[in-house]
Amino acid sequence: MEIVCPAGTPAALRAAVKAGAHTVYCGFADETNARNFPGLNFDRDEMRDSIAFAHDHGAKVLIAINTYPRAGDEALWHRAVADAAKCRADAVILADIGLLAFAHQNFPELRRHLSVQAAAANADIVNFYGRTFGVKRVVLPRVLTVPEIAAINAETEVETEVFVFGGLCVMAEGRCSLSSYATGKSPNMNGVCSPASHVEYHEQDGQLDARLGGYTIHRVGKGEPAPYPTLCKGCFSAGSKTGHLFEDPVSLNAEALMPQLQKAGVTALKIEGRQRSVSYVSQVVRNFRAAVDALDAGRAMPEGMLVRLSEGQANTTGAYRKTWR
Amino acid sequence: MELTVGAVQFFWKPEFWAQFHADLADAPVDRVVLGELVCSKRLPFYQDLIPEAVATLQAAGKEVVLTSLALITLRRERKLMAELAEMGVEIEINDLTALAYLPEGTAFSVGPLVNAYNEGTLAWLAARGATRISLPPELPLGSIRVLAQAAKALGVQIEVWGHGRLPLAISGRCYHSRLYGRPKDNCQYACEEDPDGRPVETLDQQPFLAINGVQTLSDTHACTLNQIDALRDAGVAALRLSPQSQRFADLCRIYRAMLEGSVAPEAAIAQLTALTPEVRLSDGFIDGARGVAWSVESTA
Repeated sequence: MEIVCPAGTPAALRAAVKAGAHTVYCGFADETNARNFPGLNFDRDEMRDSIAFAHDHGAKVLIAINTYPRAGDEALWHRAVADAAKCRADAVILADIGLLAFAHQNFPELRRHLSVQAAAANADIVNFYGRTFGVKRVVLPRVLTVPEIAAINAETEVETEVFVFGGLCVMAEGRCSLSSYATGKSPNMNGVCSPASHVEYHEQDGQLDARLGGYTIHRVGKGEPAPYPTLCKGCFSAGSKTGHLFEDPVSLNAEALMPQLQKAGVTALKIEGRQRSVSYVSQVVRNFRAAVDALDAGRAMPEGMLVRLSEGQANTTGAYRKTWR
Repeated sequence: MELTVGAVQFFWKPEFWAQFHADLADAPVDRVVLGELVCSKRLPFYQDLIPEAVATLQAAGKEVVLTSLALITLRRERKLMAELAEMGVEIEINDLTALAYLPEGTAFSVGPLVNAYNEGTLAWLAARGATRISLPPELPLGSIRVLAQAAKALGVQIEVWGHGRLPLAISGRCYHSRLYGRPKDNCQYACEEDPDGRPVETLDQQPFLAINGVQTLSDTHACTLNQIDALRDAGVAALRLSPQSQRFADLCRIYRAMLEGSVAPEAAIAQLTALTPEVRLSDGFIDGARGVAWSVESTA
């Protein structure tokens, strides 16, 4: 299986390639990509040079242009697709059907992947994207079990890619506006979710509150680690119950399911984390490359190698196991 | 402008569902979208009542449209979509999967849960047969205006989320089940207890969201009574009113009076507030700093 690794900066891209990434994904430094964070991403020159570096080392580069173009400003997204072709990207990762149609029509030779932000969750829609826009690979949303992924692969020629490690969306990706409801900034329109610009920490009576957009969604004792207030992983009350009603502050770690995902016909495993440091990326990539190589050679996989790197030290296999639902 | 009644988002008891739709025959609305949007497990409880509701509403002169599910994953859900396409009633797609079952050339509508954010997507959907697009609720007035103008040239009607709790997210996980510590497959239909969703508060007891099975909604009810002139000026053809269990027919009458110009926004909002005093309102997605904002409060 191919491992697809995140790079938020040229340095992270080089680190990922050196650590054994088959493929790296990244984005331009603007609102065309879903990790539009300050200080992250690539300008055009950096992109061209980074892709040349990856190609020299036998790795591929995918460019995520996976926000939904703003009405009246589509040219910015069209230019991103054109520049991806010019930079010799191996594929673009798109979510919006208007942008897919544009790329299909104007850059037919530029390989197209469907972003997880399009949340294509069954074989009919996967085949629809393949047939209509020549999509060669679909990144599946994190709402499916392993048997459901196997069933999709049995019904399609389109390649599938699944997330195995890192941050975890609890909602169907690209179909969530919790963040814009509370802060005005959304993944679909702005490429951000629960943005740091709207986070406040407030200390009172020995307690530390974490607020997003003025809503208190975490409360810990002084000195305890305070998780980042991501909306869907916040603490809320409904009637008599208070807790993480949507999801605990966990991150995805599906390394134990890799053999099953391979059997399910998955082409590529994706690691989340374009906002992560160079050392994090190197370590995760090195570990996953070793695991994939072991799997391909029929050897036992090293176990529990990534737990230390997870957000808040707590892990989940997410929707891949049916009980998660 | 027209008024569309959106599909019921909640799980209502069959007799309540039937009465609600029978009453809509007399409500001052033009179009009714019905069927199951949120969870396929609910449908068997009232599926048999749908044909009669369709017939009653059509006889009353309403345009009737059937919705697709918002998230289609299971084989049985795909089969359901195939059956829906064969019912001979216009379909509103709320998951692009439904398109796989609509023959090329079939006219259809696009619901608010399909990501139609820009002119390129609008043009593609129109070429595929879309005649009406209900825009994603998070779109600001600037985008609505651009899309309504582009739609005019394509012969497509643009609708916006007019009133009701905002559909903010859909998931594979059922939050009602999770609340009761049950797996989704044994949910025991917990969502039926909350005909308008289960309120969710922050740690400071601020009302914030509402849980509705696999769906997450806003606590506030979106309200466009203070935006109607701007939306009309932008070229919007219809407002969507989302069903609520209490005083819905009265709500429809307030919006109709507003569209006819027989009441001013302040008076209409006062009537609405008198109707459901416990409800908080918002219109921030249209012209505020964030979705939860309410233009009346900030100008007061």
